[in-house]
Amino acid sequence: MSVATRRFVLNRVMGFLCGTAAALVILPLILVFAFLLYQGGSSINLEFFTHTPTPVGESGGGMANAIVGTLILIGLACGLGLPVGILGGLYVADSQDSHLPSVVRFLADVLNGVPSIVIGIFAYTLVVLPMKRFSALAGGVALGVIMIPIVLRTTEEIIRLVPASLREAGLALGLPKWKVTVRIVLASARAGITTGVMVAIARIAGETAPLLFTAFGNRFWHHGLDQPIAALALQIFAYAISPFDDWHRQAWAGALVLISIVFLVSLAARLATRDLQRQMR
Amino acid sequence: MPEADPRRGGGAHAVSLPRTFFVAAGRNVWGDRLFQACLYAMVALFVAIVAGIVGALVVESLPAARHFGLSFVVGQDWDPVKESFGALPFIYGTIVSSLLGMAVAVPLGIGAAIYLAEIAPFPVRSPVGFLIELLAAVPSVVYGLWGIFVLAPFLRQWVQPALGSTLGWLPLFKGPPYGVGMLAAGLILSVMTVPFIATVGREVLLAVPNSQREAALALGSTRWETTWIAVLPYGRSGLIGAVLLGLGRALGETMAVTMVIGNRPEISVSLFAPGYTMASVLANEFTEATSDLYLSALVQIGLLLLVVTVLVNAFARLLVWTVGGAVKGIRE
Amino acid sequence: MADGLQVTELNAWFGERQVLMNVTLRVPSNAVTALIGPSGCGKSTFVRCINRMHEVVPGARSSGQVLLNGDDLYGPGVDPVMVRRRIGMVFQKPNPFPTMSVFDNVAAGLRLAGVRDKNLLYDVVERALRQAALWDEVKDDLYKSGSSLSGGQQQRLCIARAVAVQPEVLLMDEPCSALDPIATARIEELILDLKKDLTIVIVTHNMQQAARVSEWTGFFLLGELIEIGVTRDLFTHPREQKTEDYITGRFG
Repeated sequence: MSVATRRFVLNRVMGFLCGTAAALVILPLILVFAFLLYQGGSSINLEFFTHTPTPVGESGGGMANAIVGTLILIGLACGLGLPVGILGGLYVADSQDSHLPSVVRFLADVLNGVPSIVIGIFAYTLVVLPMKRFSALAGGVALGVIMIPIVLRTTEEIIRLVPASLREAGLALGLPKWKVTVRIVLASARAGITTGVMVAIARIAGETAPLLFTAFGNRFWHHGLDQPIAALALQIFAYAISPFDDWHRQAWAGALVLISIVFLVSLAARLATRDLQRQMR
Repeated sequence: MPEADPRRGGGAHAVSLPRTFFVAAGRNVWGDRLFQACLYAMVALFVAIVAGIVGALVVESLPAARHFGLSFVVGQDWDPVKESFGALPFIYGTIVSSLLGMAVAVPLGIGAAIYLAEIAPFPVRSPVGFLIELLAAVPSVVYGLWGIFVLAPFLRQWVQPALGSTLGWLPLFKGPPYGVGMLAAGLILSVMTVPFIATVGREVLLAVPNSQREAALALGSTRWETTWIAVLPYGRSGLIGAVLLGLGRALGETMAVTMVIGNRPEISVSLFAPGYTMASVLANEFTEATSDLYLSALVQIGLLLLVVTVLVNAFARLLVWTVGGAVKGIRE
Repeated sequence: MADGLQVTELNAWFGERQVLMNVTLRVPSNAVTALIGPSGCGKSTFVRCINRMHEVVPGARSSGQVLLNGDDLYGPGVDPVMVRRRIGMVFQKPNPFPTMSVFDNVAAGLRLAGVRDKNLLYDVVERALRQAALWDEVKDDLYKSGSSLSGGQQQRLCIARAVAVQPEVLLMDEPCSALDPIATARIEELILDLKKDLTIVIVTHNMQQAARVSEWTGFFLLGELIEIGVTRDLFTHPREQKTEDYITGRFG
């Protein structure tokens, strides 16, 4: 084979191999989703969304309390994650300080890589130990801490994209700096920040590990934020490792619901980002 | 001199602004200060949280550290009843499962990154890239569910018997085919880390300046040759960073691994054997820790996990940030 | 008429936007042809159509004929990769491969073509570096990184890399615009030497440079070739009014 032919063949072969790699990467997504639809689709009914779990061994029941629990935990998490994340991101993007902004950015990246179960331990020592019980509050704190780096970094990036001329226009109108930031900069960055928050919510909606010993899970409706609370991801885990077929069925259904929420939110965030990029150009 | 307010339908006479307009401006210095204070407060809270994580782990793990010392890390015996805690099985399990996952994920991930950045036809790039990002968004527990009910039975029925009969003389493939075990854990870790390597790798390759590709093309290179001699060397350190980021994820991955690794604190060479990782033992036993020493030992494992993942991640970030900078920049 | 480059009715588009209109010209071999014109007039696009780099940009296309010594570069079944082997290119900003040494940079094209013989590689690399007037400066540091050189040296390195594969034509797209006057002068000197072995097309926005190095000059404006002729004649008695306006500085 001549050199030229060999180069041509190599080009084709490597192109094929890389394409195969990409296909293999995507394959699990199709497999997982297909199995979820197949195994869990039939178990999704009204009862699933409106009932709490039935006693062990009885069939039927649903995950209503888990779904509501997840929503409550997300709300609590936002209570911590949004202020720290957004204002922190604002600080890193705008501040003229010499070292602190890059330290904060670095810490945010580091925090992003901390395993979520370790963050669960932190929430355990901070909230569960003093309160001497598992609680929704503890779960909210753990999820909130996980949210912070995601919200912070996306806020920082979006704020950086706001053109300086917009700020100058506000200042030239006689607005004080803080009003320029809040009324003008934050307002124009609102879409991007919302997208970042959506991405963060999609992430924490699926978190299980940090909730294992903070929110702990609950077979019934919770009776206060200082009580253990059910969560969709926790319930799926508990059912999956149980020995009951009926619970396995419900685990599949729950996973289908969870993954659908996560996918929809991710898709919405992706579309919003594309619109934003088009706007910014 | 303030001009006529156009909303009033235009008149040439000057409109004087009320005095309060100018006085209010002075009061807003306090608005600025308050706002700045809020920002700093949140930053302080953030730093406190990060410090708190480290602090809490250190403080809670001290009793175990004092009790066991270095033998904690090398001890193989994990016995809550006897209160003898050696973490080596978990360290071993974490490392082996992660390395196994990386062995599969790295070639696939980098191949996919090259495909997305250099080879794929343009209309295909965005959708395929999005699908890979979706993979990263799938919750760990869902992968675990799939692992228990699809992957493990598949391994138990088809893969492990096949490997056992052909390569069973290797210590790697000895033992009964449980389905769950180190092999399942490694495979599920590869499924979960591949999207990260592919996405970050794609960003790294896209950041390679086009002038490099043009230089190679102008010399008469094929597309693959362009990638091989101009793009990959330039993005080398960034790609290593992407791989390390994937490794960081694999080390800390909890739920999916817990559900398929078999949860037995033993060290075994065979990939078919069940194992246990640091994250898994935390997930399984934290709520069962009956004594203070037990809890402290678990927290110490958490601390080890934290230190390792932070180091790997920090190093990875350094590499990813300096794509093109690790290679000495072209002086003008 | 069989030698040199013959371009006939070349049109080029970026998507819907047409950037070259019906350009026809002949580039004589073993001579330097300069292409001048204001920014955005299409001279860079023209040159990139010659070595089929234009079509690499997504959405870009061209039509027309380009003959190199009688061979149709856009003929059916012609591999652009092979076209680029016969035509070398030097870019505006020097772009040596930063992860390769000086030696490896120059040898890159040869290695791609399958040359493995170490002695042959060394000889060709030395010859190329001499042609690029860089040999004396790097002969003791051949294995240092390509990016450790100064800007002017890097550009000469890129020239050496391009000529090492002995192309028939060398395209130079504003090769000196990122360099200081002394580096520019050295490169202009070596262009005058290089033309003995190859055909050179140089795009430049510097009219004095065109006057210094080229025998032929073409003037482009808004995608059209307005005039082409002997350099001295074009600058002293241009035939077209637009050419005269550009040369005397009335625009651009």
